[in-house]
Amino acid sequence: MTSDALPAGAHLHHSDGAATFFAQRRRRVRIVAVVSIGLLIALAVVSLGAGAISIPPRRVLDVLIAYMSGDAGVWSTRDGLVIMSIRLPRLFLGMMIGAALAVAGALMQGLFRNPLADPGLVGVSSGAALAAGATIVLGDRYAAATIGKLPFLILPLGAFFGALIATLVLYLIATREGRTSIATMLLAGVALAALAGACMGMLSFMSDDRQLRDLTFWTLGSLGGASWTKVATIAPLVLAMLAATPLLARGLNALLLGEAEAFHLGLPVQRIKAAAILVTAVGVGAAVAAAGVIGFVGIVIPHILRLIIGPDHRALLPLSAILGAALLIGADSLARTIVAPAELPIGILTAAIGAPFFMWLLLRRDRVFEA
Amino acid sequence: MTSLLHADGLTFRVRERALVEAASLAVEPGELIVIVGPNGAGKTTLLKLLTGEIRPDGGVARLDGVDIHAMPAWSLAARRAVMAQAARLAFPFTLAEVVRLGIDSVGRLLPPARRRAIVEEALAAADVGALAGRLYQTLSGGEQQRAQFARALAQLEAGRTTSQRQVLFLDEPVASLDLNHQLALMQAAAREAARGAAVIAVLHDLNLAATFAHRLVVMSSARLVADGPPRSVLTRALVSGIFKVDLPLSEPPSSGAPYILPQNYAPGRVGAAPGIAASGR
Repeated sequence: MTSDALPAGAHLHHSDGAATFFAQRRRRVRIVAVVSIGLLIALAVVSLGAGAISIPPRRVLDVLIAYMSGDAGVWSTRDGLVIMSIRLPRLFLGMMIGAALAVAGALMQGLFRNPLADPGLVGVSSGAALAAGATIVLGDRYAAATIGKLPFLILPLGAFFGALIATLVLYLIATREGRTSIATMLLAGVALAALAGACMGMLSFMSDDRQLRDLTFWTLGSLGGASWTKVATIAPLVLAMLAATPLLARGLNALLLGEAEAFHLGLPVQRIKAAAILVTAVGVGAAVAAAGVIGFVGIVIPHILRLIIGPDHRALLPLSAILGAALLIGADSLARTIVAPAELPIGILTAAIGAPFFMWLLLRRDRVFEA
Repeated sequence: MTSLLHADGLTFRVRERALVEAASLAVEPGELIVIVGPNGAGKTTLLKLLTGEIRPDGGVARLDGVDIHAMPAWSLAARRAVMAQAARLAFPFTLAEVVRLGIDSVGRLLPPARRRAIVEEALAAADVGALAGRLYQTLSGGEQQRAQFARALAQLEAGRTTSQRQVLFLDEPVASLDLNHQLALMQAAAREAARGAAVIAVLHDLNLAATFAHRLVVMSSARLVADGPPRSVLTRALVSGIFKVDLPLSEPPSSGAPYILPQNYAPGRVGAAPGIAASGR
């Protein structure tokens, strides 16, 4: 393909532009990766020190080093006990949930080809919370003997199926002939959330005081109940989700062109869509089972990243995981300190940050997406 | 020897209405085939049937003797590339990234240097190298179209390592292009044909079609009504019968391709041209 084959007058630009562009992009991705990891580590240290009992960063590091060098004395100090049995599991839980929610958001946005898709916003988290709530209330009532022994398995499983059903319903309503209408998707999300809310109301009507407290916890979202058991329960789910994302990245990239184009490019479109829905449901289910509904992480993080590194899912998905983890533990540290010694449910905080951000997205929609 | 692409009695209906009816077509390597026909004749639907995007209600399309619906998407993608009508993009990829999508799947096993070279070549062939870093959404309709052409060329080139027997499908590829780029794109397509690929393009401009087509296939009301070299297909009777405009055709001594000058158009001079559908088949 040389210039002499072009007709007279056709300008042939030398396109070292592409090579330069890809090099710049790669550099940018590397910088963002380094900054995100640095931010995650810094916020992790802050998070271990923040709360009703304030522990300075140096002391936090001392405790961690002592623990890692096998010093059993860690557990006998007050700071050691607070860090090892309360804050460390909470930190891990927060990182996993933040990563899961941000990646779920990025996956849904790719699947729906729509920057406003967020599990919290379009009813997927509500579906998961409802299913989790139903297992608490109805499970107590009708199958207490079996469920009482396995609460940590039943809850994530219920939340997973709730998220899966909600995503499927949403996809079936909002997508016609491979095209998703943004308006229909948001309205279907409103309907789903309303339905879940109504069912939640029914559940709270028939629940006792303890169950009512649990339900409120699920709707508001909080990392307050963190424990090593919870960490161990949702870790396999979140790790499975993160492991699956690199396999989806190429397919989601092609899907941004459209379903027919993705098929022409050689991708098994239906399988990719099914896998994306399944993986999203696993992540949202795990997150909601452990901490309830925490909104807007899935919309804020991928959007900020797309502005800096573009929409290539091969970089977007892993960086969303890192930055989502950082955002959630940062927000959690804030939630624990601003009203100390009490703590704010983190869902309230992410909504307070995320909702205005969402409105800003809507205001500049011309530049962000085609309405 | 089986044809590279062989459509046999392809039929596609939507609620009893046939969009494509009993279309048969044999395509050999190196051929540049242009499909023409009035709006709604079924050209795009026929292309979708030939690319495997939709399943026929009757008939079969075979690539080297194999039913295309029996081939997995990845193996089909190495054998044919498709440039569809105006593709929209959900998120702001740059032009270079859009072109690279063409080889992300088919060319993923190629060495990085080769992949880079394929993208660069495709960018140059579609004359979009200078726009490589621009966001796709900020491009004009014609620039977007050239980007999609580059993407299809890149896919074709990446697939060439797997098989030389390839087909390039172009659905109204010059709809938004200026004259210079219309000619450049058609020449690039002709070059692909010269290298052994079959090219199947849907065009509206009969003059452009007559200039570049080895074979002209005419569609009207869901049927293929004529198929042959432009010179024998493009007659005054056919143009007035199918397109409902009665214009004289001329033929310059140099190229031998027939041409039509719309300046001669006078409304109301529509010929009935009976028997076109029958004579073409």
